[in-house]
Amino acid sequence: MSSEPGGQGLASTGRVSRLGDLDYAPAPESAAIVSIADAYGLYIDGHFTDPERHESFATLNPATAAPLARVARASAADVDAAVQAARRALPAWSALPGAERAKYLFRISRIIQERQRELAVLETLDNGKPIRETRDVDIPLAAGHFFYYAGWADKLAFAGFGPDPRPRGVAGQIIPWNFPLLMAAWKLAPALAAGNTCVLKPAETTPLSALALADILEQAELPAGVVNIVTGDGATGADLVDHPGIDKLAFTGSTEVGRQIQRRLAARGLPLTLELGGKGANIVFDDAPLDEAIEGIIDGIFFNQGHVCCAGSRLLVHEGVADEVLRRLRRRVDQLRVGDPLDKNTDVGAINSAAQLARIGELVAAGEAEGATRYTSACPLPAAGYWFAPTVFTDVAPAHRIAREEIFGPVLAVMTFRTPEEAVAKANDTTYGLACGVWSEKGSRTLWVAQRLRAGVVWANAYNRFDPASPFGGVRESGFGREGGRHGLEAYLDV
Amino acid sequence: MIAASGPGTAVVEIPSGSRVPQVASEAQLRTVLAGLSGVDAVGVAARAAKLATRSLKRETKRRALDLAIAMVDLTTLEGADTPGHVAALCAKARRPDAEDPTCPPVAALCVYPDLVATARAHLAGSAVRVASVATAFPAGRASLPVKLADVAEARAAGADEIDMVIDRGAFLSGRLGQVFEEIVAVKEACGPAALKVILETGELGTYDNVRRASWLAMLAGADFIKTSTGKVAVSATPPVALVMLEAVRDFAESTGQVVGVKLAGGIRSAKEALRYLVLASETAGSTWLEPGTLRFGASSLLTDLLLQRRSQRTGAYARREHVSVE
Amino acid sequence: MSERLDVRKTYKLVIGGAFVRSESGRAYAVAGADGTFLANAARASRKDVRDAVRAAQGAQPAWVAHSALLRGQVLYRLAEMAEARAAELGDHVAQAEGLDEAAARASVARGVDRLVWYAGWADKVGQVLGGANDVAGPYFNFSVPVPVGVVGVIAPADSSFEGLIDALVAPLVTGNAVVVLASQRRPVPAVLLGEMSATADLPAGLVNVLTGHLDELGPVLAAHEAVDGLDLTGASDPAALAALAADSLTRVLHAGPPATPEGGLRRLRAFVDTTTVWHTVGA
Repeated sequence: MSSEPGGQGLASTGRVSRLGDLDYAPAPESAAIVSIADAYGLYIDGHFTDPERHESFATLNPATAAPLARVARASAADVDAAVQAARRALPAWSALPGAERAKYLFRISRIIQERQRELAVLETLDNGKPIRETRDVDIPLAAGHFFYYAGWADKLAFAGFGPDPRPRGVAGQIIPWNFPLLMAAWKLAPALAAGNTCVLKPAETTPLSALALADILEQAELPAGVVNIVTGDGATGADLVDHPGIDKLAFTGSTEVGRQIQRRLAARGLPLTLELGGKGANIVFDDAPLDEAIEGIIDGIFFNQGHVCCAGSRLLVHEGVADEVLRRLRRRVDQLRVGDPLDKNTDVGAINSAAQLARIGELVAAGEAEGATRYTSACPLPAAGYWFAPTVFTDVAPAHRIAREEIFGPVLAVMTFRTPEEAVAKANDTTYGLACGVWSEKGSRTLWVAQRLRAGVVWANAYNRFDPASPFGGVRESGFGREGGRHGLEAYLDV
Repeated sequence: MIAASGPGTAVVEIPSGSRVPQVASEAQLRTVLAGLSGVDAVGVAARAAKLATRSLKRETKRRALDLAIAMVDLTTLEGADTPGHVAALCAKARRPDAEDPTCPPVAALCVYPDLVATARAHLAGSAVRVASVATAFPAGRASLPVKLADVAEARAAGADEIDMVIDRGAFLSGRLGQVFEEIVAVKEACGPAALKVILETGELGTYDNVRRASWLAMLAGADFIKTSTGKVAVSATPPVALVMLEAVRDFAESTGQVVGVKLAGGIRSAKEALRYLVLASETAGSTWLEPGTLRFGASSLLTDLLLQRRSQRTGAYARREHVSVE
Repeated sequence: MSERLDVRKTYKLVIGGAFVRSESGRAYAVAGADGTFLANAARASRKDVRDAVRAAQGAQPAWVAHSALLRGQVLYRLAEMAEARAAELGDHVAQAEGLDEAAARASVARGVDRLVWYAGWADKVGQVLGGANDVAGPYFNFSVPVPVGVVGVIAPADSSFEGLIDALVAPLVTGNAVVVLASQRRPVPAVLLGEMSATADLPAGLVNVLTGHLDELGPVLAAHEAVDGLDLTGASDPAALAALAADSLTRVLHAGPPATPEGGLRRLRAFVDTTTVWHTVGA
């Protein structure tokens, strides 16, 4: 047995230098594939229009902090125009045979597929997430959602909501910045399939892919007014929430804003879907498939820089394997490649905004101040833009802020447990309830745990998997209503 | 050696000074293997697929191609093999690219035992090693004395490395002690020659078995664990390679012993080979990125590696005829 | 020759399986539809709401740990008890709602029949509201409806038994515990149903019935953070209560049709969430 590499003279004498420690040469995707305009208007009634007050704001590339474009800031009057356009488009769209609506959605899905490289680059530029994720996750799933719901459009009577389900009407939809195009697809596809018309409000920091989607809707020749896209900040979103002309509101974002929206809409009894924050627990038992569990932990918290509402931001690991898991986890964290989001070998990209970076920094400082032990990857970070190195906290107490508050960044809080009961109790020790992971080779225990977790999604021996056919959404303060699957239709049908 | 017969009574002597766990009985071996973490088939496939998206460009790609060439065990294991054919392969092994002396030689030439002497003669004075399959390759269905005689013949003819096959039937029917005992015996018969233990993963059925067989072979003294003979339908796959690379990594961590991995069977393109290099690099670590610890058992792979290497240097796609035909 | 003086019953609260007076010691007079005095009922306080919610929280895990079949059988048992006391319920419904005897008995009968219908749902909602999802990957993926937890019910103001059944039983069928604020003017049938539920094998605390002033109790119940669902069917000011419920993201049902073949399953869906489980599939 060789005692060291090349022992017993096994290495050939024509010795070749090692590949090195993952010393990959830069492999950037070309940004030239996408053309970004200097300025964008609002997409209302099938046209790009200037906002009423001619106000605009810059959207940045978070990897460089350089501006990408100026985007219109919609006023209350602009939102009103969008809602009116959606209202005018509603009768014809909802009266269209489902099979015809389906064909529009199939078209949209196809065009997204055909333009997937361009959309992936655009999303990466505007959001900061790695091109590998936009290319392999965001854009294919966005196309998949349109394809999935296209198939429902002419089968609504079979969806289990009565023999003749009707659309709600005009849907107001507010989406977050973490999966911009995918969230637009999650909102638009079921709404359109069910015969609603939409006013979509993209996130302030990531409007570009939704505006590219407007172009795709044009290409698909979707009738004017069926989808209207109003860019802006929180005030624009509030104008949409308060608009008396909407029949439905769907919001994805923070629990705090979700609470405000529910309060604002309380008097109207308006149908509401809220997909809010989370503090997901990844539970690793001592019989877990450890190598895959380590990857699941990594995927759970570092996928999309941890900007994931269902992120596995708490690791609950059985005491018997805690040391082993942590040792492997640190090694794996050190391997993560942080940097240029356009590089195909980048694992962790840029934090989406300066504000989010500040929030992460504040909570990490709180973690240290409260006595948790911090481990941060020594990976080099780019000088410009917004960056945070992958971080793991151990010695975390359940009462620490980093164990309770959603950080929405690449920061993991590790705690241990001794029994399945304790694992469930600790996992449920949160006001949130979006997602959890369970890692074990023992099926009966996995299902026992899954039955007791208060979470809308439970991944067993996996984490952060998404599919158009799979309902997604939370319990308790992670919100209500489901997106995806048959369940996702309910939000947009008057049932 | 396993001294006594029958499960639960075997005793193994391990060289002193090693931190390799003492395997005193088949029962203990079973306990050690059962204590290994399970493998989730979906997770391991997902990880392998994710690593397959790594993009090797420019200097990294050039170095990786050279490295892959230097890791090739250029192999001919056909009934039609002749001394003439082996002689031609020896020339190729010493100087893979006739037009470019900067191209490194391959690691070894791998032949049947009866052609070891021919290979030895034609590789004299070169760094290229002679490897021989033995132990009733590829099925391994012979008695232990026959297998040991096979090894002895190859050794006597000058083989530097022995590629043995495990008894998959014994492994699958739970006769782990027997498999262990055979490897220990063959290792002893190898003397100073390096021992590569072929698990034939395509016949093991599960990733859990791949992990257990890897550990069994390493505990018994393998210098390399090798995926396949190339003679069954399923050979090396990225998830199997991942599981084996995890095994050598974990074995080195717990024992201090570095065991190599040989990926064999069905690897035909440079692109695949580079993906395996990425797998090795990001799983076991850069320590394994050299011919002493990572090999590709292949024949046609070398042609594609050479063509890609040429393209990297000229910037144009290479004409097939720039690589010799043996 | 004097007539026999009737023995009047004071209707107590049902909290945690026990019949209690309000911790505040207060009561209020309940009149019939014709204005005549019927009985005194306990006038629950803020603390009674707190106690009832706590009792519901404690009982709900035991209820959902029952097999769905057993939950259905327990609810059927409740229907049997209501049927056995149909005459008594009918008298109270007649007095409370001002119906003649036949109309009151018919209303009670419909309520009992509805209860039987709901009992049969217990082991079917999982199949109807859940199912397997065909995801594009090597995963077995299934969705199951899960109870939200504790549901606060502002009982219908007018339909003191029949309407109450929909509001009370629909959340129970899907595994929730319930705190009912009985109709302020017509509370007696609700208290009777609470009494029956306390003796019908329902876990103690699963059904809690509070009587009293809704303008006092409603906001406390709606704002209670441990109330996960809120049925506003009987609320006189649903908007205000819904706003209070928003602070803890409570699921709100703003009234709706009963879960019948005609009314759809909105009531059954109102207080369930969906948990979707993915499991890898590999050998």
